[in-house]
Amino acid sequence: MQKRSLVPIIYIIFLMLPIYWLVAMSFKTTNEILAGFSLFPQTFTLDAYRTIFTDPTWYWGYINSIIYVSLNTVISVSVALPAAYAFSRYRFLGDKQLFFWLLTNRMAPAAVFALPFFQLYSAVGIFDTHLAVALAHCLFNIPLAVWILEGFMGGVPKELDETAYVDGYSFPRFFMTIFIPTIKAGVGVAAFFCFMFSWVELLLAKTLTAVEAKPIAATMTKTASSAGYELGLLAAAGTLTIIPGAIVIYFVRNYIAKGFAMGRV
Amino acid sequence: MALVIKDITKVVRGVTHIKPTSLTLDTGHFNVLLGETGAGKTSLIKMMAGLDPIAAGQIEMDGTDVTKLTTQQRRISLVHQFFVNYPHMTVYDNIASPLRVARMAKSEIEDRVQEAADILKLSPMLKRRPHELSGGQQQRCALARAIAKDSQAVFLDEPLANLDYKLREELRELLPELFAGRGAVVVYATSEPEEALLLGGKTALMIDGRVAQYGPTADLYRAPDTLTAAQIFSNPPINHAPMSKQGNTLRMGNIAWDATGDAAGLRDGEYTVAIRPNHILPNASDTATVPLTGRIGVTELSGSESSAHFDFQGHGWVSLAHGTHPYQIGEDHTFYMDAAACLYFGPDGSRAA
Repeated sequence: MQKRSLVPIIYIIFLMLPIYWLVAMSFKTTNEILAGFSLFPQTFTLDAYRTIFTDPTWYWGYINSIIYVSLNTVISVSVALPAAYAFSRYRFLGDKQLFFWLLTNRMAPAAVFALPFFQLYSAVGIFDTHLAVALAHCLFNIPLAVWILEGFMGGVPKELDETAYVDGYSFPRFFMTIFIPTIKAGVGVAAFFCFMFSWVELLLAKTLTAVEAKPIAATMTKTASSAGYELGLLAAAGTLTIIPGAIVIYFVRNYIAKGFAMGRV
Repeated sequence: MALVIKDITKVVRGVTHIKPTSLTLDTGHFNVLLGETGAGKTSLIKMMAGLDPIAAGQIEMDGTDVTKLTTQQRRISLVHQFFVNYPHMTVYDNIASPLRVARMAKSEIEDRVQEAADILKLSPMLKRRPHELSGGQQQRCALARAIAKDSQAVFLDEPLANLDYKLREELRELLPELFAGRGAVVVYATSEPEEALLLGGKTALMIDGRVAQYGPTADLYRAPDTLTAAQIFSNPPINHAPMSKQGNTLRMGNIAWDATGDAAGLRDGEYTVAIRPNHILPNASDTATVPLTGRIGVTELSGSESSAHFDFQGHGWVSLAHGTHPYQIGEDHTFYMDAAACLYFGPDGSRAA
């Protein structure tokens, strides 16, 4: 082995160690975890996963999370597309200020918005629904999606729009059949980040739900407190939480590199 | 069929970009818009295409007023300087897209795409995507899309400017054949005088957002109305210097020659003389008879032609001649001017003779 590959290998091991530990723990019994140090599961067990996939309070956590995350991604991207188009193609009064103001929404901690959202959603009767969480997450995902999409759209020359009009395309038809396919990499990247931020956000998701739309992260914290030390179960839940992100990032990995190159991600 | 514009004007935030402009552009030959960058060629094309709003005026195509029509409603084609194709579509779909939007029958679309692809030598790459093509092929794809459609007017906005020398020559030779017999008004914008001359037809000289002169290209070249027009329609730039006429003698600094031809009719007074570089030669000949001496600055050799920049009485002049000539940089050299090719402009810049 060459010497110079040593450093990256050590670094990767360092990064992967906690994830390995989590996965290894999920296959151990709670007794073994508490007993002391073991690199591999001594008694390999799938009990933790069996519990998660059979107990509705567990698997509904995942289903709830996936529902509101998907809902949020769809809302964010479809609202951000026309907004980003306007910012990239038109000059209007205060456009730059508005664009910057959108970004500042990301600067406030989510806790600031938790109380007003809780009160507002309770008042209009959408508390503890998937829509409540999806809408709340729009607060920081729409600005992000607008920002990413505007970068990609800015890379498309205005001449493309003009060529399409000359060829006879109406604006909606041009937008749907030519413009969106042209920036599909950007749509992919924007959708990925919306998905990711919504997936990992805990505070708003926990505050705005009780039973019906309880996200997996909330399920995990509650189990930890009530059932004592079910560490194997928690590790299995944690492992399963990583998987959706890993799947999504696999599909957009090439686009993300493009987004980084454009300086917008 | 003709494209007529009447006093069209473009105003952006109170600033007039295109001054009232009227032109009658015919079919059957190229209509060249010649002007420097920023002269308003692209603006004028966008206005005719309906992409930019016009502040005042009227546009007629084929006798019908189209001023109020949207771009989509006008039967036009447009090729940009940049190679603009739909990146997610194959070459075939790119060429077919305006026809599909127009709801043409499938067999008809196929025939037209094949025909356009054959002329533009794109047939072997119909299944590829634009980014898999070279720059020249991408622009040919854009041209194919423009000719496949039944257009009343085809606008070409410096379509060859972003291509390298060889491809440009190749494609330029194709252009007249492309539009022959299609019955569309062809408008071609360029900043290069040679291109206007090669494409022939008629030329509209654009200066600062207005058409300075319009007519058959050769006439414009031979008889520019103003000194500015002469300057734009000359590459390398036209040489000019102050001159005076007294009796039958024309005098430019310490150089004097007899007034003959057009110049004989000039009244006595102060003028500006302008002469193209190819009428100033390094050796005397039957026509080039007036000697002028200047110090050689820069010399350039471009294939069969050589040019020399020299200092003539404080003016930077250029000579352009066939063959190679043994110029010594920094030395004085005597050039010979063809006095019959001189253009004379009055103090207001308009041509006197």
